[in-house]
Amino acid sequence: MIPAAFEYEKVKTVDEALAALSDSDTKILAGGHSLIPAMKLRLNRPAKLVDIGGITALKDIKEQDGEIVIGAAATHADIMYHNLIKKHLPLFAEGAATIGDLQVRNHGTIGGSLAHADPAADWPAMVLAADAVIELKSSNGRRRIPATEFFTGLFSTALQPNEIITEIRIPVPPDGTKSTYQKFVQPASRFALAACAVMRFTDGRTNIAFTGVAENAFRDGGAEQAIAGKALDDASIKAAVNAALQGVSVLGDHYASVPYRMHLAKVYLKKALHKVGA
Amino acid sequence: MSTNGLIGRAIKRVEDKRFLTGHGNYTDDIVLPKQTYASFVRSQYAHARLLNVDTSAAKEMPGVVAIYTGTDLVDVNGVPCGWQVNFKNGDTMKEPKHPLLVADKVRHVGDAIAIVIAETIEQATDAAEAVMVEYEELPCVVDAAKAVQSGAPLVHDDVPNNKSFDWVLGNPIEEVNEAMRKAAHVSTLEFVNQRLVPNAIEPRSYNSSYDPATEKYTLYTSSQNPHLIRLLMCAFVLGIPEHKVRVVSPDVGGGFGSKIFHYTEEALLTWCSKKIGRPVKWTSERSESFLLDAHGRDHITKADMGFDANGKIVALRVKTYANLGAYLSTFSSCVPTYLHGTLMQGLYTTPKINVDVTGVFTNTTPVDAYRGAGRPEATYLLERLIDLAALEMNIDPADLRFRNFIPPFDGVNQPGYQTQVALQYDSGNYEGVLKKGLEMVNYAEVRREQQEAAHNGKLVGIGFSTYIEACGIAPSAIVGSLGCRAGLFESAHVRVQPTGKVSVYTGSHSHGQGHETTFAQVVADKLGINLNDVEIIHGDSEAVAFGMGTYGSRSLSVGGSAIIKSIEKIIEKGKKIAAHKLEASADDIEFSSGKFTVKGTDKSIGFGEVALTAYVPHVYPKDLEPGLDFSSFYDPANFTYPFGCHIAVVEVDKETGKVSLKRFIAVDDVGNVINPMIVEGQIHGGLVQGIGQALFEGAEYDENGQLTNASYMDYCMPRADDFPMFEMGSQVTPCPHNPLGVKGAGEAGTIGAAPAIVNAVIDALWSGGHKVKDIRMPLTSERVWHAMVDA
Ligand SMILES: Cc1cc2nc3c(=O)[nH]c(=O)nc-3n(C[C@H](O)[C@H](O)[C@H](O)COP(=O)(O)OP(=O)(O)OC[C@H]3O[C@@H](n4cnc5c(N)ncnc54)[C@H](O)[C@@H]3O)c2cc1C
Repeated sequence: MIPAAFEYEKVKTVDEALAALSDSDTKILAGGHSLIPAMKLRLNRPAKLVDIGGITALKDIKEQDGEIVIGAAATHADIMYHNLIKKHLPLFAEGAATIGDLQVRNHGTIGGSLAHADPAADWPAMVLAADAVIELKSSNGRRRIPATEFFTGLFSTALQPNEIITEIRIPVPPDGTKSTYQKFVQPASRFALAACAVMRFTDGRTNIAFTGVAENAFRDGGAEQAIAGKALDDASIKAAVNAALQGVSVLGDHYASVPYRMHLAKVYLKKALHKVGA
Repeated sequence: MSTNGLIGRAIKRVEDKRFLTGHGNYTDDIVLPKQTYASFVRSQYAHARLLNVDTSAAKEMPGVVAIYTGTDLVDVNGVPCGWQVNFKNGDTMKEPKHPLLVADKVRHVGDAIAIVIAETIEQATDAAEAVMVEYEELPCVVDAAKAVQSGAPLVHDDVPNNKSFDWVLGNPIEEVNEAMRKAAHVSTLEFVNQRLVPNAIEPRSYNSSYDPATEKYTLYTSSQNPHLIRLLMCAFVLGIPEHKVRVVSPDVGGGFGSKIFHYTEEALLTWCSKKIGRPVKWTSERSESFLLDAHGRDHITKADMGFDANGKIVALRVKTYANLGAYLSTFSSCVPTYLHGTLMQGLYTTPKINVDVTGVFTNTTPVDAYRGAGRPEATYLLERLIDLAALEMNIDPADLRFRNFIPPFDGVNQPGYQTQVALQYDSGNYEGVLKKGLEMVNYAEVRREQQEAAHNGKLVGIGFSTYIEACGIAPSAIVGSLGCRAGLFESAHVRVQPTGKVSVYTGSHSHGQGHETTFAQVVADKLGINLNDVEIIHGDSEAVAFGMGTYGSRSLSVGGSAIIKSIEKIIEKGKKIAAHKLEASADDIEFSSGKFTVKGTDKSIGFGEVALTAYVPHVYPKDLEPGLDFSSFYDPANFTYPFGCHIAVVEVDKETGKVSLKRFIAVDDVGNVINPMIVEGQIHGGLVQGIGQALFEGAEYDENGQLTNASYMDYCMPRADDFPMFEMGSQVTPCPHNPLGVKGAGEAGTIGAAPAIVNAVIDALWSGGHKVKDIRMPLTSERVWHAMVDA
């Protein structure tokens, strides 16, 4: 478990980080809980790491213009215990608590998780269900893209090599919004074998996102339409469950074959809808 | 010998201060002057001919000291196997060479092709990457049952059908078949006892050096038995003089069997250290541990258990294919045979038993002893079959066991129990542990809850396992007659210092067992002195005269007995010294609670004064040698036979198949107990590994021979939150043939636990009308879900 040699620079500002990123063989280091293991296995061998852990501005969690703004370098634990989050976005507190263990939650960051885009990671489903917008910066400027356009495939995203994620912005859900994150864990890694994030608004709109199910996390339009505007009862939930995963290419592996994972995802959607309907 | 009451007390472990404060001293902590570091080039393929190994670019890399490949070692022996098993026809087993580095063809992923030695571990790792290997990939075979079929790829070109041996034990097969034909009911199971990866927390680590001035070698090794490593490496592999080799096993972070064996790297590093004239260190990476530390289990079995109309077992027939991996590891041949077939009597009076085992080479990591070693496989087979038979015959599983138990015997007033499969049990009260288990679980109540749950659409199940194990390994003459190429005694040297402090040099090795506490308790108790006046020294061939090490739950029953022998000699000599001082006859001296007393008087002197007199022999018996220092060897008269009853209560989620362990009751009879806290800790650890096998763990090979779950992201290790609080009970049936009456506790948990869990899950499914016979371990939620959906 010896990584190939690399250089290391710890930066204090986003601009310094962006300047360093102009080298094509450079990677951002956040919590290091995905990147370092890959480097130790020599599956990843950047020439240089730029550590953004010292950029305090990237750790902020605040409310601004009707949005919750989470800095990309906020750790899972920072988010989980933050009062604003507990008050306005309990989905994030509930979901963050299921990530790894104490050490992982104290080191791993939301930005790192989104950038890494592991097919079984938890944040992707949560940001999708919460209608989040992801802010990216490069030396050319800033852009904001909706979470629904961010995840593009297995470990791949809309993020360009010269960009960093700076913020995750979530419209403050109106009072009465209900949400839940329901996760069936892969027993060894404890990532999601199949998990479902649901946000149900008072007008009946229902955001449904899955992770662990396909190559990347996704919103399930079929299930959302089936339940939108309907009262949550056994019949409507059943209809939503039946409508879920249409056309989705479900993954199969050691712990869950395609049919079993499909079954689990539906069971967990059902659980989630019952929970927000309760 | 009367005592000061230290034996039997739950004293906290004295070694924990150094472990918990980060002051342990492990092999990887040791850095020698002029240290070099090694990294390996290992096969990416399960089976391939080596066409070319090009080290030229790697040799030019910074810091590289030397690189060796298989062609440099063609004249060096391979590592040996320590146990000879014969074919049914009397031929000796096939033991192909297990080379230190492969020259011709690689036989499993991870097989060593080259060693790269450099000034730093980073440089060694970088240079190893630069070695170019050209392979010709060959077809491979990973499944033992497939490997014996004609036309299967041959792991070793000169081993037909990949069979190392085929072996049989018990009553003639005709008699067993006849009894089976007459049986009123036969339960049959075809199952896999899956392969496990041992996963000690400390990866294997070696540091070997050679001093040309004294011509002496020193090997630091994370081993469970340093003397055995020295013997095997010197006499069988390298042909170097044993007295010129010091082997030290400092603190070792867990072994579970995987650190018993003599691994190729130990001998190779020693060979290299002389070649380059500098110390060489290698510490396994975790990924290497998955691929190289000998795996456990991996049996494919078909077994039949026949019953008469009253539910008495009349016959047992077993056919097993044991996967040995690509090479014979040190004790690989005895695990599926003499540690497995010999346990098929279980706790039952089965009159006819036949066990047939074929040992098979495959293109996989070698398989050898892993906590329990053969006995968990035997227990799994018996206990799954009897629970299944109970369901099939509609007899309560506890009742079915009571009908079949061997009646209680203490081995003193009643003789030992002669099994159909070679062993003679020492003492036992098998119905006792089941009765206690039933009380603890509150059986009638749990059955009622199960019915209620079924009524509410929930699946609750109860599973039993009543197990026995053969421990205290082992009487040398018996194991010798069965093919063991070593004696299995133990040595102990007890040195009383002039001030009355005591140093104990034991051939047992502690790597998690707590010997520094329990052995000290025994010594301090018997000598009537303080616990902290005793120091336990182990793991250094230069300090300890000889030792066979720690495995097979043998340390206390064999190593502890050797200590007792030395203590007896000390007390006997002490009496002579005391008698002289007290002007009495030695026959009139009693030793109790640290005092030598003239019987019937208040004239006495203390142990410390006797010790001082032994070293300052001014007033001293004329014909007595000075000093108070004895060494002893103890060869046990028999194995010891701990036993117990494990009961699991589980709930199965109907929608997902996920199993939740609700309760686990363990009543273990390990004979006399020196430190109940340590025994409980040993059993907890064992249970976790046994339950781990049932629910979580299992090595998975694909058809290309790749281990597809060789990391903690995929190989599921059990974790604390997977378990309820264990409910522990105990019973004490002393061992009649060793001085402490102890049987051993290291493996009990692992041996008993797995079938209790699987039985409970099967019971839960039957309660919901899913009449499945077997689910393959580990019981992942998907497998359980399939079992429900398909039945
Ligand atoms: C034992 C263990 C258990 C885990 N369990 C879970 C789990 O249950 N669920 C789960 O979701 N995750 C789990 N994880 C992953 C964990 O959450 C990681 O921390 C996370 O996926 C990555 O975040 P990081 O800050 O550590 O990123 P790093 O490892 O530092 O970086 C990961 C990648 O993202 C890039 N990156 C990081 N920050 C940015 C940024 N701001 N802008 C652009 N690129 C960036 C890096 O260059 C790198 O490519 C686990 C990890 C471990 C080690």
